[in-house]
Formats: sequence, C-alpha cells, structure tokens
Amino acid sequence: MSEQATVAAPRVKPVETFRGDFTYSNSPEAIRRFPFPFHRDDYMYSVNIEPHDGTPPGSAYAPAFDIDEHYLSEMAERRTVLEEDPKRCQVLPYMMEAQWDTLELMMTSLAADYPEHFSLTCDGDTWTWENRLLDIRDTFTFKDADTLPLEPFEYITRQVQGDFTLHGQRNDMLYMDGGMVTCQADWSLDFDLGMNFYEWHGPVPRAHEMGVFERALKYLLTLKVGSPVRRLNWTMTVNPRMDTSPENYDKWGIDRATITPDNVGELAHLRVELQSLWRLPRSNAILFSIRCYLISMEELATVPKWARRLHRVLRDLPEDLADYKGFIGFRPTVLDYLARYDDGAATSPGGAPD
Amino acid sequence: MSAAGPIPVRVAAIETVSPFIKTFTLEPLDGGLLPAFSGGSHVVVTMQGRDKNHRNPYSLMSSPYERRFYQISVRREDDGRGGSKFLHGNVRVGDELAVSPPANLFAVNELGRRHILIAGGIGITPFLSQLYELRAQGSDYALHYAYRRADDTAFLDRLTAEHGERAHFYESSQGHYVEPGRILADQPLGTHVYVCGPEGLIDTVVTRARRLGWPESHIHAEEFAAPPSGKPFTVVLDKSGDELEIGPDDTVLDVLEDNGYAPDCSCRGGVCGECETAVIAGEIEHHDDYLSEEVKREHSRMMICVSRAASERVVLDL
Ligand code: HEM
Ligand code: FES
Repeated sequence: MSEQATVAAPRVKPVETFRGDFTYSNSPEAIRRFPFPFHRDDYMYSVNIEPHDGTPPGSAYAPAFDIDEHYLSEMAERRTVLEEDPKRCQVLPYMMEAQWDTLELMMTSLAADYPEHFSLTCDGDTWTWENRLLDIRDTFTFKDADTLPLEPFEYITRQVQGDFTLHGQRNDMLYMDGGMVTCQADWSLDFDLGMNFYEWHGPVPRAHEMGVFERALKYLLTLKVGSPVRRLNWTMTVNPRMDTSPENYDKWGIDRATITPDNVGELAHLRVELQSLWRLPRSNAILFSIRCYLISMEELATVPKWARRLHRVLRDLPEDLADYKGFIGFRPTVLDYLARYDDGAATSPGGAPD
Repeated sequence: MSAAGPIPVRVAAIETVSPFIKTFTLEPLDGGLLPAFSGGSHVVVTMQGRDKNHRNPYSLMSSPYERRFYQISVRREDDGRGGSKFLHGNVRVGDELAVSPPANLFAVNELGRRHILIAGGIGITPFLSQLYELRAQGSDYALHYAYRRADDTAFLDRLTAEHGERAHFYESSQGHYVEPGRILADQPLGTHVYVCGPEGLIDTVVTRARRLGWPESHIHAEEFAAPPSGKPFTVVLDKSGDELEIGPDDTVLDVLEDNGYAPDCSCRGGVCGECETAVIAGEIEHHDDYLSEEVKREHSRMMICVSRAASERVVLDL
C-alpha cells in the first residue's frame, strides 16, 4: 500500500465548518482529486462495483481510507454530532471481534498509507498508536477493551474520515449490526440497525426491480479477506453540510428553499460517496466505508468537462431518481447554472478531468 | 494496495495421521504473518505438478488465533482430480505451494444459542478451527464425530482433552453409528446444526433436520467457494484475428489483459455487466449472475470475467 499512495502527507487545513457559517471549501488540489462519479453523460443504477486495489496511484481511490485536507474539520464535526446524539455510534454486543478487526485494519492501513501522520508499533499484543494530526498517542492491549478510552470501533472511527457500518453475515444475508454514522445522506443508523440488506435498501426506487440488489448481495457474500471492493454513489446537498440525517431534518430540510439563481453556484453541492467494502478476517463480518466528498457547483465548474457532463446527467436523470435523491425542487436552478458551461462539445470517457 | 493474490507458503511439517490422511503445516515464505481468519474458513491450495497445476480447496484446521502457520489435513482420494494424490505423493517438507486468502462459507452463526457439529471422517477439519472459537467464546456446543477406525484419526485425544463431555465419538468399525435423527430430536429452539463429511451423512442430517421442522437458516453444510475452472479452450478475436489459449484456471478477461488488451470490466465477478461480449461462434458455459436465462440459452453473449467456453473454440466480437 505504502509505495503506491503518493499522497503520503496530505496538507491538512485548519478546522472549517459544515454548519452555521459553513466555512468549508476545496483547494484547487482537492478539486482536481475529487472523485467525480460519472463516466458517461448519463446515469442509471447498476451494480457498479470494482476492486479497491490501490489504483489509480495518487487519486482519492488509491489509499485504503482516504485522508485529505478536510481531516481535522471532519473529525471536529463528528465530535459535535456525537455530543448531540450518541446513538450515531452503535454496535450490537456480539460484534466485539468485528470491532477489533476494524481497529486493526484501519490502524495498519493508515500507518502504511500515511507514515508521516500515523504510526503503529506492535510488541506482541501491546500496541502503540500514534495519530499526530489529532495529537493522540495511546498504548493498549490488543483485544482488551478495558485498555482503550472507548470501545475499539468508536475509538478508531473517531479518527478516520467517512461513515462506517458493520455487517454480520448469516443465512446468506447481511445485517446492519453496527455503525458510526454522522455524515449521511438522509438515512438513519438507529432506524436501520438490525435490518437486512433488502430492508435497509427498501426506499430506493427501481433498483430492486432491476435486480441490482440481488446481484450486489450475491457478490458481497463471497467478498474475500484482502480483496476489498468499492463503488460510488452520489446526490445533491444544499450547503456543505455533512450531517444531512433524518434526525436533524428540521435543521437542513428548509435549506432547499434557499437556493436562488444568484447563490446556486455557491450553495448547491455535488455529494459523492466513495464506498468501500472489506471482509474482516476474524469476525467474517463486512465493514462498509462511506467516504463523503462535497464540491460546490462553482468549484466543479473549474473543470470544464465535469460541468458539461453534470449538466447532461442532471438534465436527463429520471424524475423518480431526482425525487428520491431529494433535489427535484431545485434541479431547474442548478440546470440553468450549469447550462452556461455546456457548449455541447463531446466529453471524454471516464471521470478524470481532461 | 493490490488485490490479494495467492500467498506463497513453505511446507514446514507433514504429519502422517493415518494411511490415508496427512496433516500439512504451511508457513509464509516471507517469514511474516498469514491473514487472520474465522473458524470454518478454507483456502485454495495451488500445487505445481509436472504436467498440470492442481487447485483444491481445504478447510483450515489450525487455530484462528494463530497467524504464523496454517494447517490443513488431506485425505487421499484416488478417484479425485489428483490434487490430494499429489499432496500425498509428491509434496515434501520444504516444498513451496501457494494458498489463496481464506474465505468462509461455513461460519458459526454468532447469534445461535446452541451449536451441534456433526462430522464424518475428514469432515472434522473445519470444525477443528470452529471449536477454538466456540470454546473461547464460552458458547454452548456439542461435537458428534463419526469415523471408521480409531487408528484412522489422531484428533481423538486432542478433542477429548479440549472438549471433554462436549465431544461424542462414533467408531463404525466397532458398531457405533452416529444417529442424526436422535441427536436433533430433543434440541432446544434456536439450536444450529452444522455438518461436514461424506455426502450420505450430509443428506441424512439435512433431511432429518428438515423433517423435524428446523428452519433452513439453522441447517449448515460445508461449502467451498471454488473459482470456476474447467477444460482449456481457444478464444478467437474476430477483429484482430488473434487466437488465445485459455487454461483450466484462467479467465478470458485475465488472458486478454495479459496480452495487452483492455476490455471493459469492473466487478470481475459476473454481476456488473461491464464485460458483456458478443459471441460470434461457439457455446458458452455461463457462470455469471448478469445475463438473462434466455440470452444464456442463445449462446450469443458472454461475461468474460467468469464464464468459459463449452466448445473447444469460441469466436468473440473483439
Ligand atoms: C453493506 C453494504 C451496503 C450498505 C450498508 C448500504 C447502505 C445503503 C443505505 C443506508 C442507503 C440509503 C437507503 C435509504 O434511502 O434509506 C443505500 C442506498 C443505495 N444503495 Fe446501498 N448499501 C450497501 C451496498 C450497496 C451495494 C453493493 C450497492 C450496489 C449496487 C448498493 C446500491 C445502492 C443504491 C443504488 C442506493 C440508492 C442511492 C441513491 O440513489 O442515492 N448498495 N445503501
Ligand atoms: S466485469 Fe462485471 S460482469 Fe464481468
């Protein structure tokens, strides 16, 4: 992992906010590495899964868990959300082994991908973990939860960007048996806890009938240790708000009515989730990582190919998908904004900037 | 990070357990640690024979808490595909083999209240690793182990020592037979049964459990995730005229990539649809979950990441 991740020491910005005054923004480098999810000018659900194999080098896809300039901001936001609502982190009691599996996977991956920021020293079961970005240095006994300040899953996921869920596999089915979910696109861990793969995907239109979930589940059931996979998902969000949870709908639902032709470039954001799936070795559970990236229309339009393509994708997206994703109301305003950048020129295949 | 390929290992020890069974201890070639695994996992062992490679799945029987080595036990099957004969006859201490990362399709249901493990002969192996976990977690379990003769197995002493009253033995040469019907009859609700061994035993256990009204979710028989392999065949690429040979364990996609082609693909597991390729001539043995049954019957399309040719040659629109 270490040789390929060329972002060995990402520059990390001081804390910015995802609420209130919304000071979050992307640097030009962060824009260039944004995981733009559209490989073509149109979009429909599919089983878009590929190996999470360290490619392409230097991209946001390459590290096991991507750490970027927003690290400190996202970790501060997570602390705030958890203070208000501790139920955002829950793990069923039987999953202790999966908690340790997660901690080990994350510590070894971060230390290998970002040696300047993280290190792990193991002397038998005595482990020393150092996170220089958050100024954490703890020595603990692997598999002895009493030697950590928090349960292992919460301890480590408070130090890694992205939401995470844990899934037990029983009867050829996956169950949502735990998670750390503070930056989600309108779904709730507390509500979904204990549900199976089809149940928690219940609200998604079309995909059930298309057989997408049946095929995806079949594939995941045979996921192997050491061969993680990934996929991209996306939606639109008003303001760079990480926590668009049902629990806080009263705080963000009204944002959608604030979009005007004057502010749309600044307020409307493309929200992309880089999701990776990991078979955990000792527990045989699956860890699902949902790494969220936000980019404003203004920022996105600095890459001509992306503005052209997003215009076409949003314009042609079926009503039921736009409705489910929650932006059908302000779609026309976004389209008017993006249309200015769509000269009708052909776009190159793949998601990378030209 | 690269997708986990086969792990090179060295045979550190071979123990002859009986005239038919040998236990192999495998250590990583680089002297490091092997991937951790869960009880009931198996690995696919690749052996390089003189004329052909063998690839056989075997259950890991060593402790899931031990990462310095794996252990497998192999029964010599004279009528099998040759992998077990090769391990018995040709493999020596110090030889190099390769194992896949562990996979588990026979895991203990962690929410089960009670676990009944029924093993026949060499079918004991997946249970050996599961038993470490069940004991460590303080679970309620019982092992029922049927075998032909006591000298056919070296596991008896160990099982008695570690599991005492929880282990029950049935030696058929002494007239003792395991009776799944009776074992299953008076189990409390919420019990899970696991079976591994000869087909006859698996059938009996599964049928009995069903007849007693056990839910399918509480009946477990060992499965291996064997990658699709089969007869070699030739792929003809219609556009370039290239002819490529696909070996028993290769995929068309891999061979195309090895030869400098870059066909569309994504999941490499027969579900995403990206690698769908038109077939101009030839018959296909489909292994994907993407194409409809109708298209499959027509042999007009092929998912080149998992499917193979049923005919000796197949002409693709590439
Ligand atoms: C264990 C792994 C997974 C978890 C935990 C998960 C979780 C979720 C959740 C919570 C939602 C939101 C549902 C709602 O509206 O309440 C969702 C949506 C969705 N999921 Fe998954 N998912 C997983 C794997 C997959 C996979 C492998 C696919 C592959 C096709 C997939 C496809 C989708 C799609 C298409 C949507 C709709 C998204 C949108 O339009 O915004 N999911 N998933
Ligand atoms: S690559 Fe996904 S079906 Fe072949």
